[in-house]
Amino acid sequence: MADVQYERTTMKHEPDHWLVHPRTIRWLGVAFAVVLAMSLLAQAVVPIKSNAGFAAWPGFAAAYGMLSCIVMVVAAKALGALLKRKDDHYDA
Amino acid sequence: MLETWPPGLLLVLGAILIGMLRGQARTAVVLLFPLLALWAIWQVPNGVVTTTGFVGYVIEPVEGSPVRRLFATIFALMAFTGGLYSFRQARWQELSAATLYAAAAIGLCFAGDLISLFVCWELMAIGSTLVIWCGDRPGSRAAGQRYAIMHLTGGAILMAGIAAHSVASGSVDVVPMLATNWASGMILAGLLVNVAAPPVSAWLADAYPEASATGAVFLSAYTTKAAVLALILLFPGEPLLLAVGTCMIFYGIAYALLENDARRILAYSIVNQVGFMVCAIGIGSQLAINGAAAHAFAHIIYKALLFMSAGVVVYRTGLHKCTDLGGLFRTMPLTCACGIVGALSISGFPLTSGFTTKTLISEAAMVEGLVALYFVLAAASAGVFLHAGIKFPWFVFFQKDSGLRPSDAPWNMAAAMILFSFLCVFIGVNPRPLYAMLPYPVDYDAYTPGNVLFYLQLLLFSGLAFFLMLPLAKRTLTITLDFDWIWRVALPRIAAWALGAFDAGAAATKRIRTSRGMVLNDWVQRHFGSDGTFSRSWEIGTTALWVAVLLSAYVLLHYL
Repeated sequence: MADVQYERTTMKHEPDHWLVHPRTIRWLGVAFAVVLAMSLLAQAVVPIKSNAGFAAWPGFAAAYGMLSCIVMVVAAKALGALLKRKDDHYDA
Repeated sequence: MLETWPPGLLLVLGAILIGMLRGQARTAVVLLFPLLALWAIWQVPNGVVTTTGFVGYVIEPVEGSPVRRLFATIFALMAFTGGLYSFRQARWQELSAATLYAAAAIGLCFAGDLISLFVCWELMAIGSTLVIWCGDRPGSRAAGQRYAIMHLTGGAILMAGIAAHSVASGSVDVVPMLATNWASGMILAGLLVNVAAPPVSAWLADAYPEASATGAVFLSAYTTKAAVLALILLFPGEPLLLAVGTCMIFYGIAYALLENDARRILAYSIVNQVGFMVCAIGIGSQLAINGAAAHAFAHIIYKALLFMSAGVVVYRTGLHKCTDLGGLFRTMPLTCACGIVGALSISGFPLTSGFTTKTLISEAAMVEGLVALYFVLAAASAGVFLHAGIKFPWFVFFQKDSGLRPSDAPWNMAAAMILFSFLCVFIGVNPRPLYAMLPYPVDYDAYTPGNVLFYLQLLLFSGLAFFLMLPLAKRTLTITLDFDWIWRVALPRIAAWALGAFDAGAAATKRIRTSRGMVLNDWVQRHFGSDGTFSRSWEIGTTALWVAVLLSAYVLLHYL
């Protein structure tokens, strides 16, 4: 029932979307960095209150979020090394 | 007259009518019966409404309470929006099966006794299996069979628990219990099958992506959340659920991170999100139960929205692997935008529904002094942003240019996505109406500046981690073996080995019989075979003669 009605366009002359333009991507990167910095600086004005004292340390949530993500990706990678198979594994 | 009808029964009627009608009349049933059911749901008062008897037990098919109405409301809303999303694309069999599935889920919401609950439970299994079988992928049929076997087994376990419980307690009332004996343990195990707790979790990621583009939207909503409601009603505060929920959360994240199929990523993230609810039920306080119920409500909306967004991609391109997709934002801006709204909601970004409901659970953990759990949930929130919040939209709509230029969503699919996107943002901006529907009074404000900043930092820097580690997250044409490997590969292998061993044994026995054992065999055959002395049939006269001889011998011996 899939209503497949697309074309693969690989024509070189097609002007690409402004969003994937290198200048836009660079600009987005800078904007993201500014937002990250602002979220850290905001803690000087807005205190984070928590029953657990260390949650209020400057940048704790940022570091915690980033570190947990790194740990999770590495752990998933390790699991993948053990359990990944070709995607026709069950069809064979 | 209608308000005396059980709301679920209205939708059963709808499911039958969908099969009997066609054209615009069928469309009218698909769209209007869920709304009619929604109205009926809000006519159900608190307490037991109808009572009947069955083999000596009191059956209460309709019992109202705020939490029951809340779940029934979102189930009916889902039936309406799912119907809107699919009525022009799905086959009538799928629409009918999905309506039956919704009917059973709504029926379960109001089940006041374990027998009604069990009947609805099994009806849901039937409805959802039929929805999977309406899938058009090569593996749909086999996946549906595996799904059905899993759920019928889970149902049997639940039934065993209910039977033992009713014999022991003499009642089948739905009342809170703890898994302290065999009966309640079995009931809990039966419920955990439908919650998709590891190791009985693989059915979800196995079956949902095999459904059709529209069918998966319905599947994402009912089975797991109905089981969450059953846990709220039967096992609030069960400590085991804390461990089970935590396992579900990280199992979902790890497998979603490794997955290549776009809808399977979303399927694993259902397990992850339901893990949050299961943890909350394990905490068991009023705030936590509020959190579980509110999060289930919000989750059904944003998860269906994500499946709708992925469904449009599958419908338009016929493709579902991240390795085949990418760059679709160019021609599918609406589907992409709605997918991003769903992704931000599941991540619990401020101003979306996930933020106002998930933080209820975190707050409950903190209030109860479960600081470790609070930080586990915070790490998991970061992980959700990683595996569903960015990964799903990034690999489907951005990353590389796949060269695909499909059209955007058909109008009805677009309308359904816009409706649910609106609800995601509405609950995020103004959670009060949802809080007012929760089972207990809510005295919680998610939007304290400190709380918002904590989650903003957490999520934004998770985003940074994603882009820094993008090379590690490169998609490959792989699957990851899940627990279903046990019954798809290991058990058949063990069975084949056992059969082989049996055959070998039989062959060895035959060899012995035909060689050294021949002498013994002949002796046995001669005396005990079909014509042997001891087993052939005798004539009646000979038997009478022998009896006479024996009796005479007995008399003689007696006098001697």
